[in-house]
Amino acid sequence: MVEFALPKNSRITGGKTWPKPASATETREFKVYRWNPDDGKNPSVDTYYVDIHDCGPMVLDALIWIKNHIDPTLTFRRSCREGVCGSCAMNIDGQNTLACTKSMHDVKDGAVKVNPLPHQPVVKDLVPDLANFYAQYASIEPWLKTTSPTPQKEWRQSHEDREKLDGLYECILCACCSTSCPSYWWNSERFLGPAALLQATRWVKDSRDEATGERLDNLEDPFRLYRCHTILNCAKACPKSLNPSEAIAELKLMMVERQI
Amino acid sequence: MSAQNSPAKSMRTPLARVRSLGASHSGTSDFWRQRLTAVAMTLLILPVIVIVLMLIGSNQAGAKLILGSLPIAIILLLFIVASAWHMKIGMQVVIEDYVHNEKLKLAGIMANNFFSFAVALASIYALLKLSSGV
Repeated sequence: MVEFALPKNSRITGGKTWPKPASATETREFKVYRWNPDDGKNPSVDTYYVDIHDCGPMVLDALIWIKNHIDPTLTFRRSCREGVCGSCAMNIDGQNTLACTKSMHDVKDGAVKVNPLPHQPVVKDLVPDLANFYAQYASIEPWLKTTSPTPQKEWRQSHEDREKLDGLYECILCACCSTSCPSYWWNSERFLGPAALLQATRWVKDSRDEATGERLDNLEDPFRLYRCHTILNCAKACPKSLNPSEAIAELKLMMVERQI
Repeated sequence: MSAQNSPAKSMRTPLARVRSLGASHSGTSDFWRQRLTAVAMTLLILPVIVIVLMLIGSNQAGAKLILGSLPIAIILLLFIVASAWHMKIGMQVVIEDYVHNEKLKLAGIMANNFFSFAVALASIYALLKLSSGV
């Protein structure tokens, strides 16, 4: 059966409260999930106080500040710090989003709670294991597939057909949507999840692609596609304001269209 | 997830686990029928409520008079078929969502099919019996 409670070794126990920085005039409290695979202990939530006058406004700025000034063992992924790479996706104040584009001042009351993306195996602290997520992306074969002879210049596409990819190509594969989806939580081994399905729609709708039917064949499955129950957590979580649920609905419509 | 396919125990690559047994090329007909039966029930629910209200307080002879009418019997038969079918698909989705033990899932889906067909046939039998006054 589906598991509604965390396994014993994943339950959060205690946590360290780090002292407030001595020189700070104004601080913001951060409660950050910690887990170290090497010490054999359960996860904990550590409390840190960040000097907000010595730190940028974003949650990622605060995490980097904590790592530089308080606790160098705090582990998280980050790269571009401007919402393009998707590396710093995590659960902030109960919502999956990018730490680099989420302002700590948008979290109104109390401490800023920072956890790894939900329902994924944790590698360490805020770093989830996304191997399954990336394999699902690979499984939809996200590249142009053609059998016609390659043109001398480029595969041509009208402006209208190019516009059909808007709202799809912008996905940065941060996994905020898939890991916010209850259907993905319960069936992440078989349901491809909103991110992979949004990407699948991007290639199905590409006018230059010659494998549309083959792509739909690969998706037509009660688990791969039809686990989506239009819960819409994906659209709410997406830090790029995309709507994977709408993309999935388009896929379902195409499935029906080719049958009736 | 089966033990063989569990990431902790399996040495298969993540892509092999995702591809697994491949796409079943099914699911669309259930998806379509679920919507079809939903629309059918939406259209039928008002007449069904009116028929049920008309039946309140009737004896068997009164029920025979109402249910013996062809349009009324057809509306009720359509509603029974649409709702039982919708129930079967909906419950199957719930089982597939939450039951991960393969044997339990198969047994659950089988029981769901038996139950839905039994409920539909019993309802149809009752309706025919009442409408014919036997």
